Amino acid sequence: MRIVILGCGRLGAHLARQFTQDGHEVVVIDRERDALEALGSDFPGETVVGMGIDAEVLRRAGIERADVFIAVTGYDNTNIMAAEVAREIFGVPRVITRLNDPLRAEIFQELGLKTVSPTALAVEAIRKCLED
Amino acid sequence: MYLIIVGGGKVGYYLSKSLLAEGHEVLLIEKNPRRAAFLIDELGADHVWLGDGCDSSTFAQVGMNRADAVIAVTGDDEDNLVVCLLAKRKFGVPRTIARINNPRNAEIFARMGIDVTVSTTEIIQAQIERALPLRSLVHLLALRRGGIQLVECKVAPGTPADGRMLRELGIPVDALVVMVVRGDQTFIPSGETILKAEDEILAVTTPQSEPVLRRLLLGT
Repeated sequence: MRIVILGCGRLGAHLARQFTQDGHEVVVIDRERDALEALGSDFPGETVVGMGIDAEVLRRAGIERADVFIAVTGYDNTNIMAAEVAREIFGVPRVITRLNDPLRAEIFQELGLKTVSPTALAVEAIRKCLED
Repeated sequence: MYLIIVGGGKVGYYLSKSLLAEGHEVLLIEKNPRRAAFLIDELGADHVWLGDGCDSSTFAQVGMNRADAVIAVTGDDEDNLVVCLLAKRKFGVPRTIARINNPRNAEIFARMGIDVTVSTTEIIQAQIERALPLRSLVHLLALRRGGIQLVECKVAPGTPADGRMLRELGIPVDALVVMVVRGDQTFIPSGETILKAEDEILAVTTPQSEPVLRRLLLGT
């Protein structure tokens, strides 16, 4: 699969490495060149420097051919906007958005985005620990 | 009307002030406590709400569901989009208006159902294009769907359009000259209209056909 990942922080970088190991074609976008360089010179995927809410930047990352788009920058609203652009403008079949705010994650999930909220997941996991 | 404005920067502040003066019910949402304190001093505590405009709990508290319009004027396009999406899709606000900084976002916002976008960059650019005697197509208005633009220009001497009948010009099918201003005369042209240098033209066009119009009317 061709997977485009927006945001090369801890989560984005981990996903990128994992997916390339799994044999997928991966492109990572970040507005900071340093963040992309941190992937290492042996990173087999592509990298693109730019703002992920810019349709032009997404095109450069080959979003038109992407099977999956994953938005994991640190800013919820950037992730929402990028995900909507990927879904509505480029028709990417599978779009996944990380949202730190659980409430926003719930609402945009209702509105048709596939959202993942690390906050909600952590709360759930910690509660489970206490139950055991 | 009940108008909710999100973003208490310069635009949000002056906009609130003038809408209040017109007698509307206005609530300005600002998340920075220091800025909000200033706004309360200026506009009164009834018209300012300290909170995050992208947070749906704020929206519920300010009675978003009875707002006639939501106007998002923060400095970040993505924040303005999220505010308008929440207002529109979650609270059913009839009119959403967003300020955009990157003019290329206009089409994206329109596709997502945001009713009106105001691009400060484009407004300034259009003013400058008008003020400078450049041979240029001035963008007057972006129509909602399909990226169609209303543009204005002056026919330059010696160009293909100068002295030619409109129908013979080879204007693409997705562009149309809708009005001609010649001296103190204004008319809607037909295929037989012969254009002349210095005619002022209003046309609608897709972005794809803009270069052709530019070449025919301006010779650039």
